[in-house]
Amino acid sequence: MTLTSLPLRHLLPSETPIGLLDADGRLIDGSELTMPGDEVLLDLHRRMVVGRRFDTQATALTKQGRLAVYPSSRGQEACEVGAVVALDAQDWLFPTYRDSVALVTRGVDPVQTLTLLQGGWHLGYDPYELRVAPQCTPLATNTLHAVGVAHAARYKGEDSVALVLLGDGATSEGDTHEALNFAGVWQTPTVFLVQNNGYAISVPMSKQNAAPSLAHKGIGYGIPSLLIDGNDPAAVYSAVRQAVETARAGGGPTLIEAVTYRIEAHTNADDASRYRDSDEVAAWLGRDPLDRLEAYLTGRGLLDDARREAVAAEAEAFAASVRKGMNADVVSTVVRPQSLFDHVYAERTAALREQAAMLEAELAGEEA
Amino acid sequence: MAGALNAAMADALAADDRVLVFGEDVGPLGGVFRVTDGLSERFGERRVFDTPLAESGIVGTAIGMAMNGLRPVVEMQFDAFAYPAFEQITSHLAKMRNRTQGKVELPVVIRIPYGGGIGGVEHHCDSSEAYYTHTAGLRVVTPGTPADAYHLLRDAIDSPDPVIFLEPKRRYWAKGEVAFDRTATPMDRAVVRRTGKDVTLIAYGPMVTTAMETAEAAIEEGWDVEVVDLRSLSPFDDETVAASVRKTGRAVVVHEASGFCGYGAEVAARLTERCFHHLHAPILRVTGLDIPYPAPKLEEHHLPSVDRILDTMARLQWDDVPFENEVRGA
Ligand SMILES: Cc1ncc(C[n+]2csc(CCOP(=O)(O)OP(=O)(O)O)c2C)c(N)n1
Repeated sequence: MTLTSLPLRHLLPSETPIGLLDADGRLIDGSELTMPGDEVLLDLHRRMVVGRRFDTQATALTKQGRLAVYPSSRGQEACEVGAVVALDAQDWLFPTYRDSVALVTRGVDPVQTLTLLQGGWHLGYDPYELRVAPQCTPLATNTLHAVGVAHAARYKGEDSVALVLLGDGATSEGDTHEALNFAGVWQTPTVFLVQNNGYAISVPMSKQNAAPSLAHKGIGYGIPSLLIDGNDPAAVYSAVRQAVETARAGGGPTLIEAVTYRIEAHTNADDASRYRDSDEVAAWLGRDPLDRLEAYLTGRGLLDDARREAVAAEAEAFAASVRKGMNADVVSTVVRPQSLFDHVYAERTAALREQAAMLEAELAGEEA
Repeated sequence: MAGALNAAMADALAADDRVLVFGEDVGPLGGVFRVTDGLSERFGERRVFDTPLAESGIVGTAIGMAMNGLRPVVEMQFDAFAYPAFEQITSHLAKMRNRTQGKVELPVVIRIPYGGGIGGVEHHCDSSEAYYTHTAGLRVVTPGTPADAYHLLRDAIDSPDPVIFLEPKRRYWAKGEVAFDRTATPMDRAVVRRTGKDVTLIAYGPMVTTAMETAEAAIEEGWDVEVVDLRSLSPFDDETVAASVRKTGRAVVVHEASGFCGYGAEVAARLTERCFHHLHAPILRVTGLDIPYPAPKLEEHHLPSVDRILDTMARLQWDDVPFENEVRGA
């Protein structure tokens, strides 16, 4: 792939989302995107099935009171999985609260992935192990961190790329603009993937944005931008992969808007029926990213019942391991009261030593 | 003092190529106060560079760079212009170590010229220390002398914790001896600048000079004043300060920022908790008025002056302390 290949040399995104597979899983002729190889497609399929099963398991865990809150990404698996599979080991992933499926796809332990949402600690995994930044709750702030990490990588002579995930609502935040501007000026190896799922909690795109698309926002920063079908796993993988390769080769940042839909409510605590009707959801269910890939792979003879069953069994086993890992005993060992003082400064300050002693005495009193 | 800060950055850049200096106009111009003068020329634009004009962007990218092994030293052009970066500072810079259970540390220094006394127009003279000291996870330091400017900044750059480095801009032109031997007082310790037995004057940053002047003027009034320079606002050096107050039995805290919910309230409360039986009078504060920073021609009425501090000390020694704000408003 060369730096000048279509469509990255264009700053202007297409008028409608581009893709490789249509809603029925048929190959779209003449797409500007490159179709991934069969191995990649099968891998995407397997990981999407596992990811969806993880998502429904996590939702079930909220109902059982094991998780404090869970923002589902059901319906967005093409983005969650396609983007992560497009990264190499040396690359960085900057996820948000919604991107738990992206984390498990990257290989983060599922129980560690859920520590934040379970309330045990703010983060359960080591960000350096798989180069996955903490899931970000303040909107858009992670975009700047991704630019900084990418800048440092280049400074140190590493060829790693930082992929940052953000939502449509987050594009309205000032930090998104600052990050795009810094990335454009410094030409950092950063890929911005906006998962436009239609709503920021309840606020629809029509009240969020006046530009023709969110991808159009790249133009002003001199950043090549793509508008893609975010329910097409092949398209997401291909666009992100191309952007990663461009960035790695010194071609600078890319902005990708992936148009998708959040099937569930914002979180388990949200009532989506207050701001959208069921017809809309039903229409998007007809554009399911998993069904689409399955149809394509089946049509190509790459996916048969045996493989489908094997993948389903893998997903079930994964869900079982998540359930097992989330049992109360494991959770209680994570929450150690004295850890409150462990990681505020490199060393405890005098004031924190005093407060730790107070807590120690309180705990001893409780036990007595 | 500006020269000492410049030398500190130059020495840190020379010692460690993970150190980067960046911000608005810090490159060829050398910063609007010339604190980074000559650094980009000497170390190149790869190490010392201008950024787009965006404070959240500067701090946010510094966080990413620190996550990936670098040691950024960034400049906010003026105190009130750091507010766009407030979210990055409080939500991420201060909390990253905690959020990640110690896995990610962010050795970032944010240099902020702060305070008044230079005839600056609005938004150029805020004393914003209380916002930062209220935030766990940050260290907040401020030099009162050129020597401390050098050593505190070197220590701040070496620190594994993020440091808000408040530079008292009205003292940029202050002169003083600087020993570069790096055996100075550790970053989180206060120092007794002048010993005395009647009252402890607690000051920091721009007010250290004013406190020293007050101590000299107080001799005529028959008061022997001890001056403590806090240096580190967070963490707070209880030991040094409480020892002084136990000795003198009286204390006045001085700062430019407004008094209400200001840093002096914390100092007074801590000392009351620790030294109550040694106190002969309540701990008093001399602070800026509880107003937005005033226009240049009015700032002298807002800022603590030698006279205002002396008047407060007088009440401390002979009167019951008035109940209302009369003390600070005098
Ligand atoms: C700075 C900030 N403001 C407000 C919130 C509260 N909040 C959490 S999620 C959300 C909507 C985000 O929408 P979007 O960026 O489209 O992402 P999505 O949740 O759809 O994935 C809001 C307003 C927040 N997390 N951060």
